[in-house]
Amino acid sequence: MKVEITVNGERTSADVEPRTLLAHYLRENVGLKATNIGCDTTSCGACTVLVDGESVKSCTVLAVQADQQSVTTMEGLGTYADGELSHPVAAAFRQEHGLQCGFCTPGMVMAAVSLIDENPDLTEADVREGLEGNLCRCTGYHNIVRAVLVAAGKDPDAAQAAGTEDKTIPPGFSTGKAEPSRTGPGEGDA
Amino acid sequence: MIPVGFDYQRPELLDAALALLAEHGEDATVLAGGHSLLPVMKLRLAAPEVVIDIGRLAELNYIRLDGDEIAIGAATRYRDLVVSDVLAQECALLPAVARTVGDPQVRHRGTLGGALAHGDPAGDLPAAVLALDGTIVLRSPRGERRVPITEFYTGVFSSVKEPDELIVEIRLPRTGSTGWAYEKFTRRSNDWAIVAVAVATLPSGRRQLGLVNMGSTPLRASATEAALAEGKPIDEAAALAAEGTEPPQDNAGTPAYRRHLVTVLTRRALQTATA
Repeated sequence: MKVEITVNGERTSADVEPRTLLAHYLRENVGLKATNIGCDTTSCGACTVLVDGESVKSCTVLAVQADQQSVTTMEGLGTYADGELSHPVAAAFRQEHGLQCGFCTPGMVMAAVSLIDENPDLTEADVREGLEGNLCRCTGYHNIVRAVLVAAGKDPDAAQAAGTEDKTIPPGFSTGKAEPSRTGPGEGDA
Repeated sequence: MIPVGFDYQRPELLDAALALLAEHGEDATVLAGGHSLLPVMKLRLAAPEVVIDIGRLAELNYIRLDGDEIAIGAATRYRDLVVSDVLAQECALLPAVARTVGDPQVRHRGTLGGALAHGDPAGDLPAAVLALDGTIVLRSPRGERRVPITEFYTGVFSSVKEPDELIVEIRLPRTGSTGWAYEKFTRRSNDWAIVAVAVATLPSGRRQLGLVNMGSTPLRASATEAALAEGKPIDEAAALAAEGTEPPQDNAGTPAYRRHLVTVLTRRALQTATA
């Protein structure tokens, strides 16, 4: 059956079987490979894209369900030119080193875009709760959370310190307290 | 994982959806958000010949006051419940429970009617609607009927809904913004409840409790409710929460563990609801 989906602002169309998943449509029909399929069971969030501006897991949406709707993938998130990422969330992930192996990153970024859109005034606890549907198997959550706070215009150190005070952050997560000095010999005056 | 092939229909109007459902009967399945249906279709535990998509029917997407009740369209998404001003004032239990379902991506897709139709005993919303004494409105080309949720579920994933019937609306009493609590116990933040307890205070003042994952269907804590009605203290009433339940055995816990857990969660929920 024929579907027409606007992907990253461009009209796309294909004749697909109704059982085609949106994730497969994006990767195989449109040829955009940023959207990764991780668990394929609605758990890991690697396949997160925006449908009409809201985050969804594209392994659990049929392409036909997105017919006549607008989809945004990581490729549609601004531009990269002269060494600069134009989208604030992508730029913040780069600045804060919010990735390790990078597999979860497109899903994390798209989930973060939707999260900030729905609640621009985020606390650290809001970010952690808001990313509960996205797994990073490198366990690199600390810098991911910082990146989302930076993208939302927050000072990540202050946000994490506040999170400690209001006791909403479980023990073992960012304390917000100054780390012991790791300055090596000869670097103390730098 | 890819589902078995099927014929996809997305009618523009509710009447057309009902006609399709009547035409195809048991060969058809209704798709709303798809977050219960598509996973079981991908695992090939379900293989409907026809999928009728009602997810975009505006006729089924609303939250409004209707006299003494709140009427919610069946295709209203969890996200819409969470941000509803009407519900925050008139039935604050429901958005609080919806907020705990899955994760933001799931809440952008899943619907109240879908959760009730699926009827997972580990699901959050059925137990909340049970605590609230909600009513489920079923429609088919044969007509409409209203079924109290206390009479809706007949067993695991099964209900009195006939194959040609569609859940079109959920009706709830106006219970206000206080007197409720939801205690959900999970190992992982976006996981199903190992056990959860919903408390609602009805306009009559009666406190009712819906239990998640304590049997083959969502259950009420009848013995606890009776003890509360007799004026027994919370500790005493909560100790009765496992009476009449048959909790499952799975990797998350034994029946004995769940019987204990439900008394603890019931006590906490009642303390929160009456604070």
